[in-house]
Amino acid sequence: MTIEHYIFLAIAIFCIGVAGVLTRRNVIIVFMCIELMLNAVNLLLVAFSKMHHLAGKAVNASAGIDGQLFVFFIMVVAAAEVTVGLAIIVMMFRNTHSVDINFLNRLKH
Amino acid sequence: MNELIYLVPLLPLAGFLLNGLLRNHLSKSVTGIIGCGVLLGSFILSMLLFWQVKEGNIAVVSLFDFISVGKLSIPFSFQVDQLSSLFLLIITGVGFLIHIYSTAYMQEESPAHFARYFSYLNLFVFSMLLLVMGANYVIMFIGWEGVGLCSYLLIGYWFKNQDYNNAAKKAFVMNRIGDLGFLIAIFWMIGQFGTVNFAEVFEAAPAASAMVLTGITLLLFVGATGKSAQIPLYTWLPDAMAGPTPVSALIHAATMVTAGIYMIARSNILYTLAPVSQAVVAITGLATAVLAATIALKQHDIKKVLAYSTVSQLGYMFLGLGVGSYVGAVFHVMTHAFFKALLFLGAGSVIHALHHEQDIRNMGGLKSKLPVTHATFLIACIAIAGIPPFSGFFSKDEILAASFSVNKVYWVIGVLTAGLTAFYMFRVYATTFLGKFRGTEEQLHHIKESPGAMTIPLIILAVLSIAGGWIGFPEVMMNNGHALGDFLTPIFAESARLKTLHAADHQTEWLLIGVSTLIAIVGSVIAWRRYSRKVDMEERTAAARLFANKWYVDELYTNGIVKPINSFGNWLYNFVERQIIDSLVNGAGRFVHYGGRQVRWIQSGQVGSYVLLMVLGILVFFVIQFFVK
Repeated sequence: MTIEHYIFLAIAIFCIGVAGVLTRRNVIIVFMCIELMLNAVNLLLVAFSKMHHLAGKAVNASAGIDGQLFVFFIMVVAAAEVTVGLAIIVMMFRNTHSVDINFLNRLKH
Repeated sequence: MNELIYLVPLLPLAGFLLNGLLRNHLSKSVTGIIGCGVLLGSFILSMLLFWQVKEGNIAVVSLFDFISVGKLSIPFSFQVDQLSSLFLLIITGVGFLIHIYSTAYMQEESPAHFARYFSYLNLFVFSMLLLVMGANYVIMFIGWEGVGLCSYLLIGYWFKNQDYNNAAKKAFVMNRIGDLGFLIAIFWMIGQFGTVNFAEVFEAAPAASAMVLTGITLLLFVGATGKSAQIPLYTWLPDAMAGPTPVSALIHAATMVTAGIYMIARSNILYTLAPVSQAVVAITGLATAVLAATIALKQHDIKKVLAYSTVSQLGYMFLGLGVGSYVGAVFHVMTHAFFKALLFLGAGSVIHALHHEQDIRNMGGLKSKLPVTHATFLIACIAIAGIPPFSGFFSKDEILAASFSVNKVYWVIGVLTAGLTAFYMFRVYATTFLGKFRGTEEQLHHIKESPGAMTIPLIILAVLSIAGGWIGFPEVMMNNGHALGDFLTPIFAESARLKTLHAADHQTEWLLIGVSTLIAIVGSVIAWRRYSRKVDMEERTAAARLFANKWYVDELYTNGIVKPINSFGNWLYNFVERQIIDSLVNGAGRFVHYGGRQVRWIQSGQVGSYVLLMVLGILVFFVIQFFVK
């Protein structure tokens, strides 16, 4: 597969994520869409890193390997972020008895 | 002895702090003892210092570094040499007598105000001591500002009277105008010589260009005109009569007004090197002497006459400085301190006896009622009139002789002014003490001679007014008779080397002495005869009205300077301040307010709309990126 396939897939996932964030009101789905955008970027990073490795392995056996490693870190950090985000959503539900983001306009007043 | 130098100004400062801080707790007698005691201490120390200097030990004591920036270093140092030790004696000696006198004169005040008065008085003396003891121009300037402040405080001592407050403000503002000149001169000196220490400045001065020296000395002279009440800044001094009478004596005799003379005498080398400035000093002094003398002819307030006579005598001193007779000027400062303090204290004694009556038209016939005051006042009048062998004659004669050798016109005007001086002094004397009493019956009933605390200083000053001149006999009368001149020689040696005064031959000098004495006596006798019988105070001629109204100088200043500045200030307030600056400031506020209202709808609180805006924003950036590349 050429790099273009990966890029198109990543763009597709990212746009689904953006559309979801913009249109949905359920905070959990918004959250999932954010994760989709994050993982689209992650996928792109892995893909570029692999292409880099294929192009440069003749010279340097470990070329592009740090991109692969970096993705793991991103996934770990994203997992931590998800827990914080979910905790916030739980607190929000306790306070407003709703998961509709349009209820979150209280700061306005 | 050198380690005691700092005590001389420190004692009055301590007196100021004690009396000022504890004014609500001290009784009047304790306050008086503190106030006079510290001055007595300073006086004794000054005498010791004087003795030391007389034996040839000149001291420059540096206490600590006052300002040290880059190459400029200004030490807080005191200099005790012939000139400053002489001034120390005058200030502390005459100041001490005035303090003693004040204890009786101010007896009617409440203890807190009494203490306030004495603390100001001590601060005044402290500032003046700082002024004459400083070994550089900056320390001198500190004292210079200090006496300005104290004069403000003391002139406005009775602060409940708005007129007195205005007089105090006038004195302060006039002084500040002069101070600006002094300050610029100091900056110029720092720029030119890189130092403000007397010794170093005077050493470097001959190498500087005449232009620079003329500029510096003229600016210094501007400072002196403010402090020593010369044209054009003299009008504050007569108004300064608003203060208690001993304060007037202190300002006019021992402190304050002599500061300008001291400063120029101290900077004599600079002036000798700048002949243009010298001429300006001499002409200003002479003009002031004549102007003030003519005004004094027609004043009714006993203190006002004395005030104008001080202005006139200060003019004489500046004439002396201007013609290069520095010794004569300093000599006149000294004799003037004696007889002017005596005149003011005598006038205070009269005012005290008449319960704050100051108009000489309501006095008269006090000769028998106030014998001590009368006798001492008469002595002071003879002294200031310049009749030998009283002190004023010798100092005035020295200045006149020097001005004769420089310019005959100076001498003629000077002698005529001396005649005017004799006339107006005896006019005051005759209307106050001779003839019949013209006040109310009740006043007549209450008149009695002042207490000992007031008469003893009068007697001491009277003795000094008689004998004070005997330390400076002119050369024609006695060989080596000028003890003061010999004493001060080291200070003025450099100036004397650069420019020698050509003394007239002995016959001419005797003639000059004869003429000036004759004119003084004639002036005195005319006034005595004219005013001892009747009081004729009508101003019939135009000239008399001009003199009585002080040449309309106050009106001229009000209309020519104060009113234009006020209206300019009003214009600035009404137009620049309120229309331009205010509308700019308010406009900025209004713009922000309006702008905020207009974009408020963006903050809807809807998370979705924020995200949408964010995405749109990112897209915009992408598009820009795309097209720019």
